[in-house]
Amino acid sequence: MSFRKIFTPYIHEDKCHSLKFYRSNGGYEQARKALNDWQPDDLIETVKAANLRGRGGAGFPTGVKWGFVPKQSDKPKYLAVNADESEPGTFKDRLIMEKNPHLLLEGIIICCKAVGIHHAYIYIRGEFVFGANRLQNAIDRAYSEGILGENCLGSDFKLDVTVHRGAGAYICGEETGMLTSIEGDRGQPKLKPPFPAVEGLFGCPTVVNNVETLANLPYILEIGAEEYRKIGPENSPGPKLFCVSGHVEKPGVFELPMGVSLRTLIDEHAGGVWKGRKLKAVIPGGSSAHVLTADECDVAMDIESLAAAGTMLGSAGVIVMDETTCMVDALLNIMRFYHHESCGQCTPCREGTGWLEKIAHRIAVGGGRMEDLDLVTEVCDRMVGKTICALADAAAFPAESIVKKFREDFVAAIENGGSPAWVKRHPANTGGAAAHV
Amino acid sequence: MTVTETLAFSDEAMKKYEWLLSRYPTRKAALLPTLRIAESEFGELGVPQMKYVADLMEIPPATVFGVVTFYTHYRRAGVGKYHLQVCSTLSCALRGSGDVVSRVTERLGIGVGETSDCGLFTLSKVECLGSCDTAPVIQCNDDYHEGLSLEDVDALIEQLRQEAGKGGA
Repeated sequence: MSFRKIFTPYIHEDKCHSLKFYRSNGGYEQARKALNDWQPDDLIETVKAANLRGRGGAGFPTGVKWGFVPKQSDKPKYLAVNADESEPGTFKDRLIMEKNPHLLLEGIIICCKAVGIHHAYIYIRGEFVFGANRLQNAIDRAYSEGILGENCLGSDFKLDVTVHRGAGAYICGEETGMLTSIEGDRGQPKLKPPFPAVEGLFGCPTVVNNVETLANLPYILEIGAEEYRKIGPENSPGPKLFCVSGHVEKPGVFELPMGVSLRTLIDEHAGGVWKGRKLKAVIPGGSSAHVLTADECDVAMDIESLAAAGTMLGSAGVIVMDETTCMVDALLNIMRFYHHESCGQCTPCREGTGWLEKIAHRIAVGGGRMEDLDLVTEVCDRMVGKTICALADAAAFPAESIVKKFREDFVAAIENGGSPAWVKRHPANTGGAAAHV
Repeated sequence: MTVTETLAFSDEAMKKYEWLLSRYPTRKAALLPTLRIAESEFGELGVPQMKYVADLMEIPPATVFGVVTFYTHYRRAGVGKYHLQVCSTLSCALRGSGDVVSRVTERLGIGVGETSDCGLFTLSKVECLGSCDTAPVIQCNDDYHEGLSLEDVDALIEQLRQEAGKGGA
């Protein structure tokens, strides 16, 4: 079977986001079948058999996650749709919400029928005002057409969908942070267990799924688990949205089968490294992933292959850096991000991200010391696995890998009085002057 | 608090607020969206506005303050009419967001975190806006301005000045 795009086939059409357009291409037929013909358990089994794995970053099998929700519960159950999309380098869910919002809604209906959920909250990051409006318009239309509400698509199934806007906090992309934020609090993560499937939103069983994950569901029902599993590698199959940004000729979102080669993605789909320059480094799965060198890019973009290469598919946010990039500056930029976004609950993260930023900063501005390189590794060791959520790990992974794989950039910055950009701006600085900033 | 007493949601805002309450099993869950209503009703979220929301929702003011200050995207008191938020995270930095910040600084004579004397512009550096393929990006209030050249930055500032001159939003 040749590869068929399911998220993006019509994104260049004017009215691709409209209900009419969506329906004219078979939209909501799978939701109708799910509501009227399918038994919930069969839906869960089908998604398990398809081996759909979460597209938010962790890659957890979606059907298995649904299976953790208690069948009998005297409490209501909820779906929290993770549309926070805050991982640097990631901009795929935005595309679905802006260009294909009904696909997301159809996926939501299928999930809710499978798990017995009657209220879904879509947590969309606060900055996506246009996307939130577009989503709300699609939801309003769906209610007025009887797709959502008391009797979804002519069935006896009731489903409400509410858009909940975030307000600018990376940590709300972490599932328990997101749930806390929907509850009206500061978005600080919570210790697991209890897992959201058992005790999540408002203390009730909750499924948390990413936008792209849910958008796969109509297609799985349409072609069946067996056919779906044939797309890409069997252990992480399916169509996938890859985001490519940074130093390439044609940055963008590319819909391809899982398992496309990273080098093909960069060279063919994204037009290659810009300005005829050479490749230096690639972050394959959002800024939380271990960095790859130019020589390490012949790797398949799927969960297992990237894990075997010592990094991760994550959110499939590929950030490309050309030969002119100073990795000290890149590290400083990434560490500033994590330090800014640490919620501050756990000391290893709150302090560790700050230390990493400070160390990267002093190396960049000419105050670095050779022992700083080991210090980065030491700080990272004291962060990974020692906090409530994975933000500390997300900062430590790029830090330790950038320093290890691009050590020569750091040595040069320490010896030359700062990163090339700093030295260019401050030619008289012989180093050390800014060490105490 | 005399200031608080003069603040009140319009009828339309109050309707929106009541609709919000119907969407959540707890009142507190409506806090984040209610703050958005307050933001658009009052133009900014200073202490009096936060106090109003706290009273309305029967939530301790300290809790409301804690929530507003935890997040970066609420429109806090003292921000200019146009809040120029330049994305500075890696993908934008690789494609020249630093030059965009410098250009805005040059054109408006304000540094990062400052507001122009005329009260029109505030400049901020913000973290990833999720628009990395169209870097560099400025979010001005609700709108994204993407794929900016330095000339685009000049044009944006000029356009906003003219818009303000006409008394537009």
